[in-house]
Amino acid sequence: MNVTRGFSGRPRVHNPGLPPGQYDARDDWPVLSAEVTPDLSPADWTFRIDGLVEEPRTWDWATAHELPASVHEGDIHCVTGWSKFGVRFAGVSLDAFWERVRPLPSATHVVAYAHTGYTTNLPLADLRDGRAWIAWEYDGRPLPAEHGGPARLLVPHLYFWKSAKWIAGLRLLDHDEPGFWERNGYHARGNPWAEQRYSGD
Amino acid sequence: MTEAFTPPTRFAVPGRIAVGAGTGNQWQTATLTGIRRETPRAASFRLAVPGWAGHLPGQHLMLQLSAPDGYTAQRHYSLASAPDDSGHIELTLDRVDGGEVSGWFHSEARPGDRVDVRGPVSGFFAWPGDRAALLIGAGSGVVPLMSMVRHHRARGLSVPLRLLVSARSPAELIYAREYGAETTPVFTRSGPPGAPVGRMTAAHLAPLLDDGPPGGWEAYVCGSNAFAEHASRLLVAAGQPVDRIRIERFG
Repeated sequence: MNVTRGFSGRPRVHNPGLPPGQYDARDDWPVLSAEVTPDLSPADWTFRIDGLVEEPRTWDWATAHELPASVHEGDIHCVTGWSKFGVRFAGVSLDAFWERVRPLPSATHVVAYAHTGYTTNLPLADLRDGRAWIAWEYDGRPLPAEHGGPARLLVPHLYFWKSAKWIAGLRLLDHDEPGFWERNGYHARGNPWAEQRYSGD
Repeated sequence: MTEAFTPPTRFAVPGRIAVGAGTGNQWQTATLTGIRRETPRAASFRLAVPGWAGHLPGQHLMLQLSAPDGYTAQRHYSLASAPDDSGHIELTLDRVDGGEVSGWFHSEARPGDRVDVRGPVSGFFAWPGDRAALLIGAGSGVVPLMSMVRHHRARGLSVPLRLLVSARSPAELIYAREYGAETTPVFTRSGPPGAPVGRMTAAHLAPLLDDGPPGGWEAYVCGSNAFAEHASRLLVAAGQPVDRIRIERFG
């Protein structure tokens, strides 16, 4: 590491909530999707869980909203460097979905896929025990389309490319299988605290 | 090994190149060798990176500045230069108001300064020069597209390439003196005498899409999110398939 001549960084107070290499985006919420934002209305949205589960199921907007509501407040971290503190999402905890599909013991990994065809892979353990949600509201309002509305996956303890926008489904597998960005050089898991940005980190 | 999972819809385009394990995970020292002003707000920075593995037009890197107290600031920047085997790369940076890293580059940086870089990163927006490419950018969104134009020119490629670039005014058009017949500038606030002024419209795209090359275009869109949304919707409305539109949004 080279100390950069004449660089002191912006004035800062130590923030224990900020993972290494991240900065506080404050009021900004950058949009970083690779594909065209889809025209997807709540009426057209569906969410399916299949693969290594006892009972594959598909929910639509109405049946997903019959599940117990859950609010998540916390921080999000994007691999491009920004973090956003104290964001508030509403939706349903994935645990409510797991209760209904019942993952098989052989299931270890998940491919999350979007209505656009975007994919991302996650260890199943990262989606259980109150750490992941299907979110359709942000800050008390419907989630905007450019941020993944009508509904997105929310896995706030991993870099945000794992929180697939326009979520269409989860397929449970007995092995890890890289998704869209992971095939393009990004890390298989993406833990911000371990700075797992790129393949090989 | 089972076959990779394929989602039921295929809107998101696959990566253009395979990126090997470990690509971009080594920090390297880059030495600033030159600064060239492009517009009142943008300048190009030439960096010597002796261990640079090469890149494809459209790829980006991560750059890190380090303070004496150990604080670091990291940013992603698109590569502006074509791959040229010289051991040098170029970045073009806007001065961002209050920008921590761009502020250092525009106010402090001088030849001989050393910074850390890792990359190239991501094969998604890369263009190896093999397919007819329609490039659409605004502001500093033209930077990765210029890498493609320069590559096309340097290699004397015959594959069709067109660039639509939007800027507020001629004075704010980055790389203005480098464009040739492949480029159509669009000025949104003020233009040359007699030239139309206004945002990019379907009328700018129609002649390119109506008279496209056999097999159609691979479209690359780069700019602010607002511009990327606008341009990608124009493309879709004009008949460009969604799975042949690659977007890089400047957050």
